[in-house]
Amino acid sequence: MHRTHVKVLEDVLDANGTLARANRADFDREHVTVVNLMGSPGAGKTTVLEQVVRSLPGVRVGVLEGDVKGSFDAERIAALHVPVTQINTDPSFGGECHLDANMVRSAVPSLALGEIDLLVIENVGNLVCPAEFQVGEHARVMVTSVTEGEDKPLKYPLMFRACELALVNKIDLLPHLDFDLEKYLYHLDAVHPGVAHIELSATTGAGVEAWRDWLVEVATHGHVHA
Amino acid sequence: MHELSIASAIVATVERHAGGSPVRVVRVRVGRLRQVVPDSLEFCFGMVARESVCEGARLELDVVPAVLRCAACEHEWEIAEPPFWCPECAGSEVAAVRGEELEVESIEIEEDACIART
Repeated sequence: MHRTHVKVLEDVLDANGTLARANRADFDREHVTVVNLMGSPGAGKTTVLEQVVRSLPGVRVGVLEGDVKGSFDAERIAALHVPVTQINTDPSFGGECHLDANMVRSAVPSLALGEIDLLVIENVGNLVCPAEFQVGEHARVMVTSVTEGEDKPLKYPLMFRACELALVNKIDLLPHLDFDLEKYLYHLDAVHPGVAHIELSATTGAGVEAWRDWLVEVATHGHVHA
Repeated sequence: MHELSIASAIVATVERHAGGSPVRVVRVRVGRLRQVVPDSLEFCFGMVARESVCEGARLELDVVPAVLRCAACEHEWEIAEPPFWCPECAGSEVAAVRGEELEVESIEIEEDACIART
């Protein structure tokens, strides 16, 4: 017996990347723009979606809900008469903390891609893992809220670097919180220089129009304009 | 806990290159910009390696420093933590040159000498 050194030089997530490209090809063929919505549990991902999915002028939208377990979020979207498919990550080892390209791939047949222009994939609530796994999306949106602390971009840089838009939710709560919005935005820009952000309150409706316009723009052009 | 998924992906990658031979060492390059916790990855690797060619293999992590490049002034610099603005011109259009790696660099496998020679 002897030892042999074997060069590999292969991306660890190559298999996921291959499936993500296959998903992307399916989406492109059907002219569907896909947005991956990420953020921590409780940031308001489902709520910011509820605010806009019924009122996107000229854009037919579908939603893919990713959760470890249950279909609570999917039911909220379905109540708005928007086509929605639930993915539960639970059947795998203890319940994955993120969606990967394979999970989305398995859900693609249940999506009527020919009947929508925009697919929003709401990822599992988590500030770390979803950023590592592309699923075939055209753009990534990060939902954060002012109840989470202004140091979050510094603590979870990968996630904040991976997005094209950061939604800063729950700004109606600012008067009640010891949250320095300027400091938060400084941290956000320090981690992802130049990234677009929208300050938003799903409760008062502030910023909802800008968020809606952003989605319509992305759905119309298929990508984010710099 | 995405280290479990990454560990599984490492084992799957190694299996494609090991040709069924037992693996003794797996070298993985991890960029500083990836949020991979080395201890957690090693723990998960030991777990998913069981009953695979990687059982008992040592995982060696080579952490790659992050190097950024400014699109405006072409300055390149190594960075350990934010801010990511260009230190020369304060430009905000910066791209990672290094630090986003996550790859199996090489493996060491145990081979039967006679078979290896043929």
